[in-house]
Amino acid sequence: MNFKRMWAMFTARNHEFFRDRAAFGWNFLFPFLIIIGFGLIFGGKEHQQFKIGVWSATAQVDFSKSTVPLSFQQGKYLQFIAFSSQAEGEQKLQHLKIDLLLDTQSPEHRYWINDSSPQGYVAEQIFLASLQDKSTRLADKQVIKGVQIRYIDWLFPGILGMNMMFSALWGVGYVVVQYRKNGTLKRLKATPLTPMEYLSAQMLSRIFLIMFTIIVVWIGSNLIFHFQVHGSYGVLALIFFLGGLSLSSMGLVLAARGTSEEFTSGILNFISWPMMFLSGVWFSLEGSPAWIQAVAKIFPLTHMLTGARKIMNDGATLADVQSECLILIAITLICLTIAARIFSWNE
Amino acid sequence: MRQLRLHKSFAYMNQIVEVINLKKVFGENTAVTDASFTVKEGICFGLLGPNGAGKTTTMEIMEDIIAPTSGKILYQGQPRGASFREEIGIQFQHTSLLNFLSVEETLFSFHKLYQQPEDLDYLIQLCDLNPILKQRNNQLSGGQLQRLMLALALINRPRLVFLDEPSTGLDPQSRRNLWDIVRTIKAEGKTIIMTTHSMEEAEYLCDEVAIMDMGRIIAWDTPARLIQTHCQGSSILLPESAFKMSLDDLPFTWKHRDKTIVLKTAQVQEGLTKLLSLDIDLTEMTIHSPNLEDVFLYLTGKGLRD
Repeated sequence: MNFKRMWAMFTARNHEFFRDRAAFGWNFLFPFLIIIGFGLIFGGKEHQQFKIGVWSATAQVDFSKSTVPLSFQQGKYLQFIAFSSQAEGEQKLQHLKIDLLLDTQSPEHRYWINDSSPQGYVAEQIFLASLQDKSTRLADKQVIKGVQIRYIDWLFPGILGMNMMFSALWGVGYVVVQYRKNGTLKRLKATPLTPMEYLSAQMLSRIFLIMFTIIVVWIGSNLIFHFQVHGSYGVLALIFFLGGLSLSSMGLVLAARGTSEEFTSGILNFISWPMMFLSGVWFSLEGSPAWIQAVAKIFPLTHMLTGARKIMNDGATLADVQSECLILIAITLICLTIAARIFSWNE
Repeated sequence: MRQLRLHKSFAYMNQIVEVINLKKVFGENTAVTDASFTVKEGICFGLLGPNGAGKTTTMEIMEDIIAPTSGKILYQGQPRGASFREEIGIQFQHTSLLNFLSVEETLFSFHKLYQQPEDLDYLIQLCDLNPILKQRNNQLSGGQLQRLMLALALINRPRLVFLDEPSTGLDPQSRRNLWDIVRTIKAEGKTIIMTTHSMEEAEYLCDEVAIMDMGRIIAWDTPARLIQTHCQGSSILLPESAFKMSLDDLPFTWKHRDKTIVLKTAQVQEGLTKLLSLDIDLTEMTIHSPNLEDVFLYLTGKGLRD
């Protein structure tokens, strides 16, 4: 390994990235927009989970002559939507646009649900519970004490991770295939540069850019959302660094031989979309089938996000996330070795 | 600024590259078959041939860019070793550079890839890159890009330089400039192997040429000897109106070409003497001596190629 040659490729790629203003700008704008968007949607205190349809002549929610219990009318996480007729409400329920339809004037508390809707079942239980006398309830309510984790605090590492994944897979995988196609790699093959030197330079350049992006996006988003980090920023940076390395090395494997941009694009989509959904970017896989959780562990993003959330939300130390770190290092070494072995400069 | 280094002592006799029974097959298409030739050190060697003749494939096998199906390449009598890439420079026919890098940054990047690189100031002067140093690669004209590519091919003080159709797409000024550079680096003792479609270029620059067709080497010699072997004699061209006698009485082999009579003669001086003795008006006479293009067309035919 010649570090002078690797450094030459590293700096050349960095120059290329920072001067491509469209790509450069989008790398910052994309995660920032997603965070702002989700912050606006889920950051507020009112998180209305269930949609309850009612109907009235004025097509406005009106409980003035209603038989609906007050506790249900003022229930948390319920959004009431008015329709001008019962038929319209039934149609919306049929198409799962609402979870429950109520006749607010009915003394018998008439309601409709769609049997195929899990949300409808839960909304029904909430409605039925509101009809019970409080004194007859058997459950004993307890409230979690301590600092509560907002959804945006839980989501933020996921969005950063998702951006890292797209940046690493596309910024390395797709770009290297383009270089192969237009003959840039062929020109480099004529030099003493080795595949390992070239690929290592690409990977390090990408991790440099990813870390730079994370810092800028973090600072910008933190000004608005004031994220809570219960663990060490140093360990958090380490887990993102190792995650970025493993994702970039995965991109290198995809880039090692591809000659068609269209085909590479398909493969990248094939890998990035399942990774995004199964790695816990948007929702936790807690309670999902065991085989899905096992599949999710193939992806480096899963381990990076698990580690990052442990540090951010639970205050985990380096010792607590050492297994995630070791897995990410192992994935990086395996992918880099495979990529260097099968790498082709030629189209 | 360093002066041009002239090595008068380069040996014409040493073979720097030997191509032995080379064959390359792509799927069902045989691009090169049984190609054998040698290149002496310090010369400019031209690989000529019509489109699809297998020139670039042969070149890229010699450069170790693609592997042959069979046959072998020897560099200084040995199989090419790890140091081969340190000792060769390549200007590809089709290649690309990082778009957003400047010419200067591109030169610096490639400079760092070699153990004993060339002096950059010298290269910049040689290839006239000073006016475009700060320009980005994607803003260069065809001629400027070719000059940069040539500079990159020379950036490691190569002993052997491969130029694949270096003048394609260049205007006459840029082409002449390129030829001057090639002559300069040849005068430094470097060996040059080039492909070209321009017979004028080959005749001007090359000490030896090999002509390829359908993947085979069909001729290999100096341009002068190829002309002598395949296109003997010269042609004297005169308008029909210059002849006041029956053409059948002419002491020449002749043929009509439109309204021009083409007379073949082994010796131009002797032919002219005969024409003067026949009192033929030579005012509109043209003399055509055979050149490499005649040899090329003679050997490869006049049919169109893909």
